[in-house]
Amino acid sequence: MGNTIKFVQGNEACVEAALYAGLDFFAGYPITPSTEIAELLAYRLPQIGGKFIQMEDEIASLCAIIGASLTGRKVMTATSGPGFSLMQEALGYAVMTEIPCVIANVQRGGPSTGIPTHVSQGDINQARWGTHGDHAIIALTASNHQDVFAMTVEAFNLAETYRTPVILLFDEVVGHMREKLVLPAAGEIPLVDRLRTSVKEGVDYHPYLPREDGRLPMSDFGGVHRYNVTGLVHDMWGFPSTDPQTVHGLLRHLVDKLENRANEIARYREYHLEDAEIVMISYGSSARSALHVVENRRQRGERMGLLELQTLWPFPSEMVRQKCAHAKSVVVVEMNMGQIMQSVKLAVAHPERVFLANRIDSNFITPSDIMNILRIIQGKGV
Amino acid sequence: MAKPKLKRHHINRDWCKGCGICVELCPKKVLELDEQEKVTVARPQDCICCRLCELRCPDFAIEVETQE
Amino acid sequence: MAVKDYLRERFLPHMWCPGCGHGEVLGGLVRAIENLGLSKNEIVMVSGIGCSSRISGYVDFHTLHTIHGRALAFATGVKISRPELKLIVPMGDGDALAIGGNHFIHAARRNLDMTAIVMNNRIYGMTGGQFSPLSGENISATTAPYRTIDRGFDVVELAKAAGATFVARSTTYHVQQMTETIQKAITHKGFSVVEVLTQCPTYFGRKNKIGGAADMITWFKDNTTPIGSKAKQENAALIERGIFVQIAAPEYCEEYQKVVERATKGRK
Repeated sequence: MGNTIKFVQGNEACVEAALYAGLDFFAGYPITPSTEIAELLAYRLPQIGGKFIQMEDEIASLCAIIGASLTGRKVMTATSGPGFSLMQEALGYAVMTEIPCVIANVQRGGPSTGIPTHVSQGDINQARWGTHGDHAIIALTASNHQDVFAMTVEAFNLAETYRTPVILLFDEVVGHMREKLVLPAAGEIPLVDRLRTSVKEGVDYHPYLPREDGRLPMSDFGGVHRYNVTGLVHDMWGFPSTDPQTVHGLLRHLVDKLENRANEIARYREYHLEDAEIVMISYGSSARSALHVVENRRQRGERMGLLELQTLWPFPSEMVRQKCAHAKSVVVVEMNMGQIMQSVKLAVAHPERVFLANRIDSNFITPSDIMNILRIIQGKGV
Repeated sequence: MAKPKLKRHHINRDWCKGCGICVELCPKKVLELDEQEKVTVARPQDCICCRLCELRCPDFAIEVETQE
Repeated sequence: MAVKDYLRERFLPHMWCPGCGHGEVLGGLVRAIENLGLSKNEIVMVSGIGCSSRISGYVDFHTLHTIHGRALAFATGVKISRPELKLIVPMGDGDALAIGGNHFIHAARRNLDMTAIVMNNRIYGMTGGQFSPLSGENISATTAPYRTIDRGFDVVELAKAAGATFVARSTTYHVQQMTETIQKAITHKGFSVVEVLTQCPTYFGRKNKIGGAADMITWFKDNTTPIGSKAKQENAALIERGIFVQIAAPEYCEEYQKVVERATKGRK
């Protein structure tokens, strides 16, 4: 009722969702194929009194939004492959200091400059392990614009809930493709606001002392509580510590707060999985082709289903294992050399039944590409 | 304005690292390092209360208190 | 308030070596803030990585100890988000001008209202005495066992060229002037840069046989001169100190408000 319908690029859907979620600070640097996100926000944010700044590089962009987040704003940056590489150190800083922020990486072909204008899903493992040291991360993705919207809002919600950077791993096809987007009405999707401390002025505030539920209430920088934030291992006050117990405790906290909640954080869609003998697992734009194949083969009576992952990290191992429990074969459809397939193999009971249907030549993987690979897997010849 | 008159030097021995900046740069050679390499006021009567020792001490270990 | 009221006394004595000039800069900075009568709640200090950057741990402000070279980028985010806060960004020479050089010139270009203090001891102290882009030629360092051939930056000239609207230099010998300069820099509306020549007796002094901390401080007295002095005309090698630039120019946060006005015109 009263919903606005738009015909937009995925990057525009991401912008609409970010604004819906309460984004009011963006810093970025131009890079294909994510640039439209910055361009649109340069137009939209000043209209609502929000802040937009074009920084001198991607490193500075992520640093700037982390600083702004600390003062209480909902923040985001957007980039693509090489820019995402540059952000890795600051990403680790946001993990370590537990500062909420959203980073959209509209993936393009790599490594290095690669193929800026073509599609790839080659940054999946970089999102997981690009920054150094043991840590956990949240990465979400989507295959269509309605889900781009939903997952972008989700990214802001999860960032605030868990005080963590959240990565949106879109790809060039989703980012640039135009399709219908129904803008949800205000209040239709619940939003998570920042959990702020109830500690009064003059009473000791411990910025890194978790509550019983594991959450850490924040105090806006520049407010009544003065405290320290550092990328060094720190104690509950935020001051550097080398005490082994503190080091161990902090690392466990950073990893456990997400990995132990992998089920809660798991977002996914499933199609015809109930009796599927062939379970396809895909995500992002490649899931569109996989879905096409599934719908097509179902009509011919083949027991085929699709598990479309929207949460890539923390990897929802338990859910994937359950969904694949009765599969004769699991086919992972992605546009890289098997980055999610590795995690699927680790998750399922029969890793020898997991196959890869991929394309890495910068072209979008089509339903017939997948069909050709399926014929080989099924022993039907090329 | 009358010249300030010294009341006393406050030395924080826990913070003094014995770098000797105050000793060497005191215009009146009021200060010395003791056998533990901590600053000590050897000739308070020569102090002109210029406070340069206090201002140059990297460790906040000296304060020059003057009489009102 | 007394100087110590601005410090987190429980962390003193600080971690810097005996005779390190960074403690003097900390003292000068805190005295400047005391003289200005600023409230602790309105100050955000952002620092990077290195000996100098540990300064943020010792002051009782909002303190953000970030990553190497990026302090100004973090500070930019804080300032644009909350323009009413006072931003003070102390950096080491390698931090500010090697790994952080890009952020330094762009922060100066934007003219955001914040104060950058370059604590220049011409060496990487935390990692054990490697030369920096401010060491200059013919300097001994652990990564220059045969002495440096790299030319050094002139922080003042660089800041001027990049568009900083307040540029000054002082030393740890001239502590009173240093405090006054930092005070003026904080008061200045726009991007202010204060280079403070400071001593690292542990690495720079020892490696280059300049002597102890007091000798190094005395070197600053003997080798610097007020801007445009007669001594400078007679000896070009002397390093000038004082305020080089102090001009009024549009400040970034205020200019951004104009963008908001243009964007919202005819709306609402």
